[in-house]
Amino acid sequence: MKTVNQKGWFFVLPVLLLVAFNALIPMMTVVNYSVQETFGNNLFLWEGLTWFQQLLTEERFYKALGRQFMFTGLILVIEVPLGIAIALSMPRQGIWVPVCLILMALPMLIPWNVVGAMWNIFTLPDIGLLGYFLNNVLGINYDMTQDPIAAWVTIITMDVWHWTSLVVLLAYAGLVSIPDAYYQAAKIDGASNWSVFRFIQLPKMKPVLTIAILLRFMDSFNIYTEPFVLTGGGPGNSTTLLSIDLVKRALGQFDLGPAAAMSLIYFAITLLVSWLFYTLMTKDDLN
Amino acid sequence: MQKRSIVPIIYILFLLLPIYWLVTMSFKTTNEILGGFSLFPQTFTLENYRVIFTDPTWYWGYINSISYVTLNMVISIAVALPAAYAFSRYRFLGDKQLFFWLLTNRMAPAAVFALPFFQLYSAVGLFDTYLAVALAHCLFNVPLSVWILEGFMASVPKELDETAYVDGYSFPRFFVTIFLPSIKAGVGVAAFFCFMFSWVELLLAKTLTAVAAKPIAAIMTKTASSAGYELGLLAAAGTLTIIPGAIVIYFVRNYIAKGFAMGRV
Repeated sequence: MKTVNQKGWFFVLPVLLLVAFNALIPMMTVVNYSVQETFGNNLFLWEGLTWFQQLLTEERFYKALGRQFMFTGLILVIEVPLGIAIALSMPRQGIWVPVCLILMALPMLIPWNVVGAMWNIFTLPDIGLLGYFLNNVLGINYDMTQDPIAAWVTIITMDVWHWTSLVVLLAYAGLVSIPDAYYQAAKIDGASNWSVFRFIQLPKMKPVLTIAILLRFMDSFNIYTEPFVLTGGGPGNSTTLLSIDLVKRALGQFDLGPAAAMSLIYFAITLLVSWLFYTLMTKDDLN
Repeated sequence: MQKRSIVPIIYILFLLLPIYWLVTMSFKTTNEILGGFSLFPQTFTLENYRVIFTDPTWYWGYINSISYVTLNMVISIAVALPAAYAFSRYRFLGDKQLFFWLLTNRMAPAAVFALPFFQLYSAVGLFDTYLAVALAHCLFNVPLSVWILEGFMASVPKELDETAYVDGYSFPRFFVTIFLPSIKAGVGVAAFFCFMFSWVELLLAKTLTAVAAKPIAAIMTKTASSAGYELGLLAAAGTLTIIPGAIVIYFVRNYIAKGFAMGRV
């Protein structure tokens, strides 16, 4: 049992100060912008909730939000089952385990814009490996700078390439922590592979899978660099996700007020969905 | 058993294909790349790498990136260690709320913070320094480190602390000579994740630097747009950004999977 000790606050203080400096001050700046109009030269006019109203009645915002949910939904639906399947088929011990883990973790350690650039040259229709193969060997007309569907398939594939390993690593960590006795018991009871998965492996993986899904949700919902480098939000606006739209407003058009209002709504949505998911996943454990 | 291993093999091949293409391109001349499709370099060249290793604007990019990433790792672990200890050993007013609030900082989109960060770090005179980027990356690395370390610390029995006090150890001496060695795997895992997220992040790093601390990834984007389209050079620079990560991951290979499994949910 933990002891009640208010001294704990002294231990936490450095973290608190550092994160507060990084999180609270910028957040207040954003709140500040979101209720004012600025013309530069430190000239600010009170606008109240105008920007929020404007944003919430605007089609552009809902379209970007819709694309964002579609992107996040698709990658979760692909990456989570795929990650579990790969983790299940990996060897539990032996010399190949570290080799597999190192190779699988590699994509996660590449700077995000390099990931975008890498997929760009990989998919160029005339000189990219994948683009050339699709166009000239399979005869599929593939050019993601023209075709929105091709662009979507490419950014989804890129994200699956980039992040499925995170789910694999976490699911695998959950799997290796299951004692052999569980499997032996299941064998004696004559359990099928499916029952072993459903009643032993899946429940044991639940905590790590909760982390995996939460991290994948947060990170994919905030994704910016990779799709921006790869497609720039195009063709047209077809791959303009929330972050890309936000940066376009803030830095492209310099609409600081609306951009700040959007930031706050964006953050609120991320928080809300994460909290809902977390509460749902851990509800059973509390009872 | 043999049949099952086909799945990881296919997956790893899928992961390696784009990397292979990047590495191949880095050994080609720009003319060959633009001239047409070839699976292997026809005229194998190291020219792209020579340019990077002899041009200061290029190789300083790597030094800059590695500098702020290292600094960030040190700061994150240093502040996260006592905090994680407190969360794993004590109950205090608002501990749970504080823990959750820390984690929420991982949910903030970097795009939201780019502009305020620029203003904040300019105001305190840190703009374009390693420290600015290192501190900014603490926003998501400190919560993650606290979380990972807390998991590892919670698995160390409390009796260890009590025995040390009975033996007359002072707290700092106990922490450094007894406690730290028993969670060194956790420190390794936390450092690895700090490295990873600081190394791959670009939006904040780019916003907070101009010349002196500019990360390699930002130099790549700049070159891509200004010097025409030197794909070979870009591919070589990209290839070199993979190497530090590969080295770091080699050292923690036995702990990565475990690190997350031990974090509490």
